[in-house]
Amino acid sequence: MSAPAGSPHPAASTRIPPKLGGAAVSGAAAGPGPAPHQQNGPAQNQMQVPPGYGLHPQNYNVPSGHYSQGPGKTTSLPLDSQSGGYYSGVYTIPTQNVVTPNTANQQSGAQQIYGRGPPAPHIVGSTPGYFQGAASSSSHLHTSASQPYSSFVNHYNSPAMYSANSPAVSQGFPSTCGHYAVSTVSNAAYPSVSYPSLPAGDPYGQQMFTSQNASTIRSVRENSFSGQNTAVSHPSPLPPPPSQQYHQQLSLSGYSPLSWSASGLPSTQDNLIRNHSGSLATANNNPNAVAESSSCPVMQTVQPPESSPVVSTVVSGASSARAPPTANHLVETVASVTQPSELLQQKGMQYGDYVNNQASSAPTPLSSTSDDEEEEEDEEAGVDSSSTTSSASPMPNSYDALEGGSYPDMLSSSASSPAPDPAPESDPAPAPVPAVPQPSKTTKPFGYGYPTLQPGYQNAAAPLSSGVQPSSPVYSGFQPYAQQYPGMNQLSSSFGGLSLQSSAQPESLRPVNLTQERNILPMTPVWAPVPNLNLDLKKLNCSPDSFRCTLTNIPQSQVLLNKAKLPLGLLLHPFRDLTQLPVITSNTIVRCRSCRTYINPFVSFIDQRRWKCNLCYRVNDVPEEFMYNPLTRSYGEPHKRPEVQNSTVEFIASSDYMLRPPQPAVYLFVLDVSHNAVEAGYLTILCQSLSENLDKLPGDSRTRIGFVTFDSTIHFYNLQEGLSQPQMLIVSDIDDVFLPTPDSLLVNLYESKELIKDLLNALPNMFINTRETHSALGPALQAAFKLMSPTGGRVSVFQTQLPSLGAGLLQSREDPNQRSSTKVVQHLGPATDFYKKLALDCSGQQTAVDLFLLSSQYSDLASLACMSKYSAGCIYYYPSFHYTHNPSQAEKLQKDLKRYLTRKIGFEAVMRIRCTKGLSMHTFHGNFFVRSTDLLSLANINPDAGFAVQLSIEESLTDTSLVCFQTALLYTSSKGERRIRVHTLCLPVVSSLADVYAGVDVQAAICLLANMAVDRSISSSLSDARDALVNAVVDSLSAYGSTVLNVQHSALIAPTSLKLFPLYVLALLKQKAFRTGTSTRLDDRVYAMCQIKCQPLVHLMKMIHPNLYRIDRLTDEGAIHVNDRVVPQPPLQKLSAEKLTREGAFLMDCGSAFYIWVGKSCDNNFIEDVLGYPNFASIPQKMAHLPELDTLSSERARSFVTWLRDSRPLSPILHVVKDESPAKTEFFQHLIEDRTEAAFSYYEFLLHIQQQICK
Amino acid sequence: MEAVVFVFSLLDCCALIFLSVYFIITLSDLECDYINARSCCSKLNKWVIPELIGHTVVTVLMLVSLHWFIFLLNLPVATWNVYRFIMVPSGNMGVFDPTEIHNRGQLKSHMKEAMIKLGFHLLCFFMYLYSMILALIND
Repeated sequence: MSAPAGSPHPAASTRIPPKLGGAAVSGAAAGPGPAPHQQNGPAQNQMQVPPGYGLHPQNYNVPSGHYSQGPGKTTSLPLDSQSGGYYSGVYTIPTQNVVTPNTANQQSGAQQIYGRGPPAPHIVGSTPGYFQGAASSSSHLHTSASQPYSSFVNHYNSPAMYSANSPAVSQGFPSTCGHYAVSTVSNAAYPSVSYPSLPAGDPYGQQMFTSQNASTIRSVRENSFSGQNTAVSHPSPLPPPPSQQYHQQLSLSGYSPLSWSASGLPSTQDNLIRNHSGSLATANNNPNAVAESSSCPVMQTVQPPESSPVVSTVVSGASSARAPPTANHLVETVASVTQPSELLQQKGMQYGDYVNNQASSAPTPLSSTSDDEEEEEDEEAGVDSSSTTSSASPMPNSYDALEGGSYPDMLSSSASSPAPDPAPESDPAPAPVPAVPQPSKTTKPFGYGYPTLQPGYQNAAAPLSSGVQPSSPVYSGFQPYAQQYPGMNQLSSSFGGLSLQSSAQPESLRPVNLTQERNILPMTPVWAPVPNLNLDLKKLNCSPDSFRCTLTNIPQSQVLLNKAKLPLGLLLHPFRDLTQLPVITSNTIVRCRSCRTYINPFVSFIDQRRWKCNLCYRVNDVPEEFMYNPLTRSYGEPHKRPEVQNSTVEFIASSDYMLRPPQPAVYLFVLDVSHNAVEAGYLTILCQSLSENLDKLPGDSRTRIGFVTFDSTIHFYNLQEGLSQPQMLIVSDIDDVFLPTPDSLLVNLYESKELIKDLLNALPNMFINTRETHSALGPALQAAFKLMSPTGGRVSVFQTQLPSLGAGLLQSREDPNQRSSTKVVQHLGPATDFYKKLALDCSGQQTAVDLFLLSSQYSDLASLACMSKYSAGCIYYYPSFHYTHNPSQAEKLQKDLKRYLTRKIGFEAVMRIRCTKGLSMHTFHGNFFVRSTDLLSLANINPDAGFAVQLSIEESLTDTSLVCFQTALLYTSSKGERRIRVHTLCLPVVSSLADVYAGVDVQAAICLLANMAVDRSISSSLSDARDALVNAVVDSLSAYGSTVLNVQHSALIAPTSLKLFPLYVLALLKQKAFRTGTSTRLDDRVYAMCQIKCQPLVHLMKMIHPNLYRIDRLTDEGAIHVNDRVVPQPPLQKLSAEKLTREGAFLMDCGSAFYIWVGKSCDNNFIEDVLGYPNFASIPQKMAHLPELDTLSSERARSFVTWLRDSRPLSPILHVVKDESPAKTEFFQHLIEDRTEAAFSYYEFLLHIQQQICK
Repeated sequence: MEAVVFVFSLLDCCALIFLSVYFIITLSDLECDYINARSCCSKLNKWVIPELIGHTVVTVLMLVSLHWFIFLLNLPVATWNVYRFIMVPSGNMGVFDPTEIHNRGQLKSHMKEAMIKLGFHLLCFFMYLYSMILALIND
């Protein structure tokens, strides 16, 4: 529990980032409660977030935070019901697993957002503790399936147990008799138990019984049990004090068995009492998983093959146990349970054999202490409301555990996820209950779930994990995974006989015949695949918006990677605007002593005092301060610290991380005021925008600002406080620029605000009669550098023409006749090294140069861009800018400026990317200067900057099953605080080619390829780059065909994960940056290349492959709600003219521009209601706005457009294109599936690839 | 006369060996992060032309003094030096460009190149030494 400022333990108090949601903040304000007590507090009966808990979500609920925040700026993910499944799979589930009561609450919130069922506490949750959980779940089971299976149950207790979800067993009773006892007992008990009456004494009595059995193993437990029982027996709103005591004791004691039991105790009470037991439910789940594992041996001994139905129920039971948290209330549980179970029965039948095998393969009962510990953690998490939003037990106790199997959570999840739909397409994570009855609906076109891997990993992990197997029957058919672990021969061989084989192939590997499949593009936006990790890691993993890898399954060796012929690299968006970010203030930032990795959720704690780095495997000590958890205010829980609960965190750095005192925010504007610039009229817009946003410029009281203008001379402005008006100082010696009055040119924004405003008012008219056509950009930049070098900061350069005087002058290199040349495109590289040198000088002085190029003719962007590229600036380009002739560009500039001036900024930043030993980074893409092998020097960092890194595998990764990547961005915030933002991504390692293909993130791969192609076209030639792109498709598809499919098809086959690959590559080839044959101005092309280099993935994808929607029939079906607005979510159309009908109107989202194409015979209602004109003929040729009309369809269209627009940093211009207007070529050139005179259609492209492959 | 040629070649070769060693040391400094790319590259770029000249002179000298075998041995390396120097893109800051040295394994290839040159110059060194002694004896 992070008490905001007044925390008694300031040493590690957490801060609330400024961007928190309002609700969260209020929660924080109300949340003074001490963590351990809260549960027992008066708020228990409430369904709502107890005040204390409220704090949590706020600060630490990163997982849910990201996603629940909805389609904000960055994610822009429509959270409609369709995607609900996905979300739930990936992100909600994590929260579900969260054991903390508070998370339960959060969870409910999240669910609401996702439009799922009522998040109310369900039965499982309500059942207290794992023991009760067991009882309850088992009872569910019974209800659902008891009749048909009763016989089974009797015979085969263990399966029943599973299904029973009985956590008691999960506690890891080593003795089979214990199991028996439990299961039998439960069997006996449950039929009699009615569901609503769950909290009643019956089940608990049973529990008692079991617990007693258990107690033979651990007397401590017995105590706890008895405590539980008391709790149970007193379902009074206030839990009995003894339990509290226990709890506290235990939390201190950390890993001791006592602690878990004790912790379980209060939580059970809580849940019981509160009814808001989502958290507990998860607790139940975990044990349940263990229970499965432990029960395996039992099965082995007892179970004949007929047990399959039971097994199915088992699975269903697990799922039910899990699922309820999502949606069902106590009473409803029954229904929910039954549904899946029925569904699953059929499946279960199939897997029966498998289970047996499993059992046989898992000879050791799972009673290891590590399991206990994990459970204990879970329990504690459940108890400690204060623990972060994240998971129950993020912290594996050993690396083995981390790698694989022994995660109870994971088990349960895996059990549950297959449950609703064992078919490979099933969502990777447990589907919400409502979805269970209709697996087909939950099925997503992108089935990255193929959780098949999990069993494999689990196998690899340890004997314990074998117990996990029962959860995986669904995947049993997927042989490769099992086979890759030699130790599991038995297992894999047993798989061999399964009938599942064919059906259990992961969706992402399903072969797709590209030439046959006409509608390759899914109806919904393509999401990032989810790395195939166990659920705990999944929910801890970094958001794909910040951190993506082209291969979500990292191949084991470079040889394997070479075989796959796919690019391996990372795509980063490290400084993305986040609404929720845990900010940690701590005296010591815990890092690995040898590789300096920041502690992260994927490290393993060897014991309480030591942790093992997940990048270099060094064992480090846990510092004393880290033992104290400011959230729970408890000691001895290093794994509960927010650093270890969130993969994206921000540290407030101490002075160790400063080379000098944090710099103030310093902004310098370097403005072109030559005739050309005045003619274009940008000054008016800039000055207006600047004076409007002067107060919103990020910074503190030290913020400084300055102005330099230039034509053939350089003009400085003395704005020193005390002057009556701004003083202009002209330096005409451009060969040796000097600063006339070094002190008063950069002035404090607040002290000189009046002068600055005067200057901004005066500037647009000062040069109105200028005759000066020359532009001495180079000297002006040198002056700016001199001005900035003492502090560092941001230089914004506005340039409107080719620099023609002084250092850095450039000649026109473009030959307009070559614009549509199909052969050679020259001059993509810079003409001089002046700008590069300048940029490096600036970078050395922590100054970034941002370039706004507003020119009507060629301005050699290729050379000019260097000043931004290497100083970590950004580049904006407004071709043929004119404030009256081209109002849409003017408006765009205005909006871009608003964003530019007010967005977050980090100064004097460096970013270091680390990866697990064995991997190495060899090439970086983006705007920065690579100072040393893995250190990027970023003078400024802005939220719109994306980066890409290419990786190679230097050493074989055979001895690890996970690899991690960590980026640490150290920057000075505009408030003068030194901060470190750390993202950590964890990915599995695979050894078979099929797995590599299954895990391809095609969007990330395309973006990386685009970056590589830009490099290639600059260093070599454009045609080389184009060939390389085509070869990338040809190579990867032929490699897939020859190695994975092993058959020589004449057809063009791709795995589902790669099915969009050819389409995207074709889109790239038709992109401005790489296209040939179509007239493209050199600056446009170079700008597109710059964009490719520095745009984050989400925005880049729209640039490469625009989204096309039909908007004349928007409905509320599947609409999402954003800020009280209903945003319709029309399906994506493929980019082909065949989709355009004359009766419709279509919106194309190209990232930087929107086109609304209106068909000739478009419905007049639409034209009138949305466009505001009576009929098609009256629509003007140039229309850049949707009028605000008071009609439903207008509202829908506008909210949709606004929603799309809000999701990106560059505000796109809207063009309404009539079917007949000349502007329609602009629109049609984006229809990349169609043939143009210079390029293939999609089908032709496929044929071309096919030819190449067959060659 | 011949002795003079080889004495000069020997001295030149020594200089080139030292230069190669210097390249290797500086590059490995960069690899180990002891210096930053900017200063590394400006240090190295300074010596690219001297190296080029030093090596071309020896090569030409061998041609002039009609030592065909040694000339042919030197020719590829000299050509490579010239080619590398000419092919530097206009926007780069020399053969070693700080913005690219960490990209696409350039650092490694530079290192490899410096190693190969070191080996080559050592070979030449002994060859010149042998030839010089032979020439001195013949005189």
